[in-house]
Amino acid sequence: MSSSWHRDDAAPPPPPAVKQAREQFQRIEEQAPLHTQILRLSLFAALALAVAPAHAFIAYVSNEKSNTVSVIDTDSWTVTKTIKVGQRPRGIEFTRDGKFVMVAVGDDDTIQLIDAKTQSVVDSLPSGPDPELFAQDAAGKILYVANENDNTVTVIDLEKRARLGDIQVGVEPEGMTISPDGKTLINTSETTNMAHFIDTSSRQIVANVLVDARPRFAEFKHDSSELWVSSEIGGTVSIIDPGKHEVIGKVTFEIPGLRKEAIQPVGIGMTKDDKTAFIALGPANRIAVVDVATRKVTKYLLVGQRVWHMAFTPDEKYLLTTNGVSNDVSVIDVAAQKVIKTIQVGELPWGITIAP
Amino acid sequence: MSSITTREAPRGFSGAEYLTCLIGIVWREGLRFLHQRERFVSALVRPLVWLFIFAAGFRQVLGISIIPPYETYILYEVYIAPGLMAMIQLFNGMQSSLSMVYDREMGNMRTLLVSPLPRGFLLFCKLLAGTAVSLLQVYAFLFIAWFWDITPPPSGYLTVLPALILSGLMLGSLGMLISSGIKQLENFAGVMNFVIFPMFFASSALYPLWRVQEGSPYLYYVCEANPFTHAVELIRFALYGQINWISLAVVVICTIVFMIGAILAYDPSRGLARRGPAGGEG
Repeated sequence: MSSSWHRDDAAPPPPPAVKQAREQFQRIEEQAPLHTQILRLSLFAALALAVAPAHAFIAYVSNEKSNTVSVIDTDSWTVTKTIKVGQRPRGIEFTRDGKFVMVAVGDDDTIQLIDAKTQSVVDSLPSGPDPELFAQDAAGKILYVANENDNTVTVIDLEKRARLGDIQVGVEPEGMTISPDGKTLINTSETTNMAHFIDTSSRQIVANVLVDARPRFAEFKHDSSELWVSSEIGGTVSIIDPGKHEVIGKVTFEIPGLRKEAIQPVGIGMTKDDKTAFIALGPANRIAVVDVATRKVTKYLLVGQRVWHMAFTPDEKYLLTTNGVSNDVSVIDVAAQKVIKTIQVGELPWGITIAP
Repeated sequence: MSSITTREAPRGFSGAEYLTCLIGIVWREGLRFLHQRERFVSALVRPLVWLFIFAAGFRQVLGISIIPPYETYILYEVYIAPGLMAMIQLFNGMQSSLSMVYDREMGNMRTLLVSPLPRGFLLFCKLLAGTAVSLLQVYAFLFIAWFWDITPPPSGYLTVLPALILSGLMLGSLGMLISSGIKQLENFAGVMNFVIFPMFFASSALYPLWRVQEGSPYLYYVCEANPFTHAVELIRFALYGQINWISLAVVVICTIVFMIGAILAYDPSRGLARRGPAGGEG
């Protein structure tokens, strides 16, 4: 989850043990001599450290075939709830304020809103036909939706939940992302094989960059210096200079024992320090770990079958991937670059988002 | 000669004397192992060939599926690693009992049997010595496998130790039981083929049992009944800090049965060793 999001509710109350220890400490503070105070203080600190729970996050996974969203607790790594949504849920993302989960339900031609508190569908947004992926601006006010079937990007006002207009793009638009400064919207069209650069203020295409076949996903480096676009059929990730609008490099993949056609890059996840990129390789059942500086793959991690999208936990300790064919989500320990667990979810898991 | 010694043996030997005997036997076995460098190399090459060549070829053929103790998808190399560890111990168990046949042929065993300590204890020492040698081999294998991206959790290297000792004892005592019936070195090769290969292939070492069950339910039962399967599973779970209780029970029971069998078989007053006309040490 990137940049500035606002959290309205206050910090969660401390666990009872911490509260109790804090009160106890305050009581003795008034009476005890200094050395005892120091001892107590360190004891309190130790206790607070011991009882402070590992921060748990909540992940939402859209299951394209079972028309549900699976809710995963990242502490126990279990599915805690399955929410019924519209037909063919794919793109899924939290609103910036963390209150709602937006999920594009393509066959219902809309984007549904799931209330993060009640974990149920409460409203919907007016997209074009067959919405697939979407991106929101840094403030979380405007949503741009790629409508796969009518070659347009729909612009939606998130506060009014109203449609502001459409932008004509290439055939089969899919990948959507916004530059960190919010000025440029990127859309990739799967059939035209282009990354369209759209100016967000004029809502006009300012440049088209040709990439390899079937571009599926686009991701900016956090410092805005590069745009990475994955080409599913081309089997590469093109690196584009967003200022010059030209391809300046390519990431290629090779896995011993695997046919070249089985390597189909889709989802891209970039760490906040812009040092490491994780790229989902679809039916190769692997996530490639790429050194961003050298643009070389350093490791391949085995996950479930046909891995497409991924999301980091906000602390960037874990990366969760959706494995469509094996119906599960794999958990990667980001620092260790190791897959530690795989969790069964609904049928054909597609997208994933984690509460900020 | 032995009838007198065996009757007298149980009377009052101090712990130190038992220990001296144990150290002596383990030391000899260790020295023998270290001096036979080819044996060490071949003990390592065998599983590594499986790992590097066999596993590489089968990586895509055998489907992946999550089964305990694994919590996510694993490469085939990672799957067969515990099986190969058990294979090292299986070969080693057979080999150290092979050395008993050799000892008997060469007369070294007489020296050992001159010891006044109970014969059961001598056999147990021999077994421990063989197991210790197998541990060296297994850890050397694990070390090399680490570079091949077979990286169990660090604590797994420790938790697997008791499992390895148990499975080493089981396979060693099985080898000993078999070797008691063998009079000549040459016969041993046949036994290897009749024992090692069926045991190894009809087990969960190379393929998960659910896959065997898909192919042939009968073979599945054979695999389930194979003590080697349980040695492999015990090692597999222990390597990930878990205990497979069924396998643990099977391995413990089999170890006891095989060991008692071996002790009885090597008891000259009633053992198998006496029956054959060409008995080495008689």
